[in-house]
Amino acid sequence: MGNTSSMLTQYDIEEVQDHCNHAFSQQEIVSLYHRFCQLDRNGGGFVSAEEFMTVPEFAVNPLSQRLLRMLDGLNFKEFVAFLSAFSPHTSLQQKMEFIFRVYDTDCNGKVAFDDILSILRDLTGSFMTEQQRQKVLIHVLEEAGYTKDSHFTLTDFMKIIGNSDLKMEVEVPID
Amino acid sequence: MASSSVAADMELDRPNLEDYLPSDSLPQESPRNLHLRDLLDISPVLTEAAGAIVDDSFTRCFKSNSPEPWNWNIYLFPLWCLGVVIRYGILFPLRSLTLLVGWIVFFAAFFPVHFLLKGEKLRSKIERKLVEMMCSVFVASWTGVIKYHGPRPSTRPRQVFVANHTSMIDFIILEQMTAFAVIMQKHPGWVGFIQKTILESVGCIWFNRNDLKDREVVAKKLRDHVQHPENNPLLIFPEGTCVNNQYTVMFKKGAFELGCAVCPIAIKYNKIFVDAFWNSKKQSFTMHLVRLMTSWAVVCDVWYLEPQYLKDGETAIQFAERVRDMIVARAGLKKVPWDGYLKYNRPSPKHTEEKQRIFAESVLRRLEES
Repeated sequence: MGNTSSMLTQYDIEEVQDHCNHAFSQQEIVSLYHRFCQLDRNGGGFVSAEEFMTVPEFAVNPLSQRLLRMLDGLNFKEFVAFLSAFSPHTSLQQKMEFIFRVYDTDCNGKVAFDDILSILRDLTGSFMTEQQRQKVLIHVLEEAGYTKDSHFTLTDFMKIIGNSDLKMEVEVPID
Repeated sequence: MASSSVAADMELDRPNLEDYLPSDSLPQESPRNLHLRDLLDISPVLTEAAGAIVDDSFTRCFKSNSPEPWNWNIYLFPLWCLGVVIRYGILFPLRSLTLLVGWIVFFAAFFPVHFLLKGEKLRSKIERKLVEMMCSVFVASWTGVIKYHGPRPSTRPRQVFVANHTSMIDFIILEQMTAFAVIMQKHPGWVGFIQKTILESVGCIWFNRNDLKDREVVAKKLRDHVQHPENNPLLIFPEGTCVNNQYTVMFKKGAFELGCAVCPIAIKYNKIFVDAFWNSKKQSFTMHLVRLMTSWAVVCDVWYLEPQYLKDGETAIQFAERVRDMIVARAGLKKVPWDGYLKYNRPSPKHTEEKQRIFAESVLRRLEES
């Protein structure tokens, strides 16, 4: 365990840093590498959905199943790239892109009514009926000047939530 | 132990439980009208998920500390090497020999007593003493330096002892002072053999973690056991699994539902020579013992704390939490709200549903107001 950091050379770390637009310091990359090895129980060099679900705090997250589709089978570089959206050094634009990607499951660059509804379904589960969810969503859409048939692009997302004090930061513990 | 300082310590330790509440979906300070951005902005939930991926309190509970060799320079290196030679070349064989002799003496005395002695009372008394002796031999085999604080437990009905759990050696350390009857997971191999043949004679009760039916049977056995004045005092590790002695996981409520006095025992290991945490997924118990036997010493403090009773209006879960707080404060541990069995199972959907409920309620409430 203690020797895993020596397996990362300066080169490796710089390569990973380049891959994630220098969202993390070298020390943070080393920490993340330790964590990656810890999650990768069978040592295959990637973390499977099954292995992510062994973290109870992650498993209970209402969006965990959705995120697993993005997370399943990530190698270390991709793992860091995924987490880079949560670095304080990452621009708001990039954070928005990340959120947009979570919504845009079919990756066509547009988010439709059904995509938003589907996230709302994950977040509210059985505590709201399908009618309630639709009603709520239509209500807030119309209030903001959109309709049920509107398609949202990344620019729309920027306009709606980008100007706010979006706080999407995760601290990487350094030991 | 000054009770006021304990109370203060416990206050400091409280906030950990709040981790359990979903911080993201809690309603805002003043419920504002619901807008599109409130529904679209999922950043808090995502941040929580990413936070759990980067670091989580549950995994920390079972992280072993790797030993830090102090061989980092030319003067210390020969000394360190000498230490290795002494530990593996001299101490380990000597300790193995002690253990072997201990076992021979034990078996030579135990089996005749167990099978031939007729007097029930005398027999169980001798057996008790023999088990205590064998545990002392074990402790000696790792040069256990154990300090016991507080009054020794005595045998009387309607009391149950609960302790935090780091390794099966907890049991050995406690057993050498008092012959407890322990509730333990069934083990395979030689440990299983000892459980079956010897420890049953001091009234230990075994269960199988994965067998749900087993639970009721065990619960009944417990209730019967504590009523009987002749029985050895009952010892339960309510965490149900070994934790690394820096954290505690949730206490299972079984021990707190027996309707009798609960006597907390706090156990704290000093990691200066060896980490006493038994990571059963990585290491067999034999290898764990070898690791302890090749170290300089196992240093440990044991505190017998004041017996606690269920207060009026207190649920078994609240009672369990109160006792856990005492142990946490005394042994200097950190609390996490997780059930230790999550090592083996997935968390129940209940937790996710709780988060969904809070979010849904806040949405509906804010919709009504707009």
